[in-house]
Amino acid sequence: MRREIPLLITGIVGIVFVLQYFIPHFPFNRMNAWFSDWFSIVAAFAIWLGALNLMKISFQKVFRRKSDWGYAVVIIMSFLLMAVVGFAEGKGFRDQGTAFDWLFQFVYTPLSATMFAILAFFVASASYRAFRARNFEATLLLLAAFLVMLGRVPTGDVLTGFMPEGMRLSAVASWIMNFPQTAGQRAIMIGIALGLVSTSLRIILGIERSHLGGGD
Amino acid sequence: MLARLPKNLPGGVSLILPFLFICFSFSPVLSQGIEAEVDTLDPAVPDSELVVAAPVTSLIASDYKYDNGEVIELSWVPSIDDQLVGGNVIGYSLYRSENDGEPTLIAELLPGVNNYTDEGLSRLSTYRYTILTLTVNHETPSTMTAPITPEREWINFDKKYLFLIALIIGGSVMFFIETARRGKKLFVRKIAGLEAVDDAVGRATEMGRPILFIPGILDMDDVQTLAGLTILGRISRIIADYDTKIFMPVSRSLVMTAGRETIKAAYQAAGRPEKYSDDMVSYVTDEQFGYVAAVDGIMVREKPATVFLLGAFFAESLILAETGNYIGAIQIAGTARPAQLPFFIAACDFTLIGEELFAASAYLSDEPKALGSLKGQDVGKALAMVIIVVGVLAITIGQAWHVDFMMSLVDTLTNIFSTK
Repeated sequence: MRREIPLLITGIVGIVFVLQYFIPHFPFNRMNAWFSDWFSIVAAFAIWLGALNLMKISFQKVFRRKSDWGYAVVIIMSFLLMAVVGFAEGKGFRDQGTAFDWLFQFVYTPLSATMFAILAFFVASASYRAFRARNFEATLLLLAAFLVMLGRVPTGDVLTGFMPEGMRLSAVASWIMNFPQTAGQRAIMIGIALGLVSTSLRIILGIERSHLGGGD
Repeated sequence: MLARLPKNLPGGVSLILPFLFICFSFSPVLSQGIEAEVDTLDPAVPDSELVVAAPVTSLIASDYKYDNGEVIELSWVPSIDDQLVGGNVIGYSLYRSENDGEPTLIAELLPGVNNYTDEGLSRLSTYRYTILTLTVNHETPSTMTAPITPEREWINFDKKYLFLIALIIGGSVMFFIETARRGKKLFVRKIAGLEAVDDAVGRATEMGRPILFIPGILDMDDVQTLAGLTILGRISRIIADYDTKIFMPVSRSLVMTAGRETIKAAYQAAGRPEKYSDDMVSYVTDEQFGYVAAVDGIMVREKPATVFLLGAFFAESLILAETGNYIGAIQIAGTARPAQLPFFIAACDFTLIGEELFAASAYLSDEPKALGSLKGQDVGKALAMVIIVVGVLAITIGQAWHVDFMMSLVDTLTNIFSTK
């Protein structure tokens, strides 16, 4: 029963969701919103599971002096600081000028931006590896990337200013992005859509059940 | 009411007037007289100074097709004075009367607008509409529409083609599942990324290092996360057999619960339930870059031999994949987000491109029924290919040689394959 009931619920909800897309009549027209609300409620309660799990693991690390337990101390302190300040501020804890807002603006946001900024360096290192002309495909990729990058900055048009407008680097870059790139991306999108249909059918019909623990 | 004003007003005052007028027009005093022949904002303004605009014409209220009886669509031809260059119309006020009751203002519209969708209605009431054409000191009502009652329908026939396509693709998936169930051998091409799963887990076992599984940053309501977890189920079986360590940091609490259940069941199925621990899956944070920082830290400290990145990824994809590359882990990634695929291809050893992510679980299971569903997808692909070729030829021939039949074929195909 532990597996059959989730399978039954999945099947019923899956079929209802397919039907509600084609039936505008009540109650089908409300089901999407209802299910979405139910999911939000379940997820809101589940966040406590996550937070408690995080605290449990962090405290265990500290008390058992596991490796790198110092990081766990930082997690516990940060969690408690934000939670205590947030609760102390009351309902308007997210308003401008509150201590919670200060922590968010001047601690969390810069830390988050720092992580995001690392991306710039990773793009450089990944591009270096990807654009090495090891074979024909990689050379083609390198060439296309070179043309697109140069075509996207004014330098490209300055260098090819003597050519007819349609053959300047900006036009070449636009052509690469609008035609070969879009065609390739659409092919992937069609594959994804069909894969979604197939996966959904497998889950609705109960053929796919490995997320419930094995498929047999 | 606006007082009588001289014709040559300072610029600021003349700008404020329309605003004041719109504010005043909400008052019940104004809304009562909308069917009067001529409504003047200030009776003290002599007729010679009134700026009178022609009313809107052809005001039509029609029931919105294929809804639950809650919507009426309105269309009209704007006032002729609105269509002239430098016309004196400053806007329109749309009034609705329910069950022949008092008309109430439902919308203030800008000049040039010629349609409106009135939502949230009751199918048990009748409605009539009128529009006032507004100038700086005058409002001209249109005729009232005939009474209309919104109706509800059971089937949305606007989506009939989509339903037909879904039926064809869904039917072919079911057909091939049934064919496979009867024992027919189906050919499925090799997917390099999935062929490498055994080797990747074996490598981690030999090196005595853990496996890191990252299911993306979206919740259980995203099918990519679900696809990631179905693959986790298959991989966990192999991991349980090899007795390798797995660690799965997640950014959603529900994914944590589902991930634990999946791994636990796999260990039970492998006959090693005692080896399972809840610590294998842990929640980190919902915040995107907080999660990235934590996972990167785990990668650098624990140095997993194998990293699986299977699910929905956004800007964090390259940060995670490059860190995995830096520590020398073998990486198998997969996502259905086309924008992130180039990053994974550049930084990972194997990438499951779009549909391969969804095919992975069926492929790894080697079950005939699951493989049959993959075969059904091919019918959809064949259909898409035929339609694309026909569409490209039709629009090329139609435009190059002005063949009407070809252009109407293009219109028909566009109509069939566009979703409303």
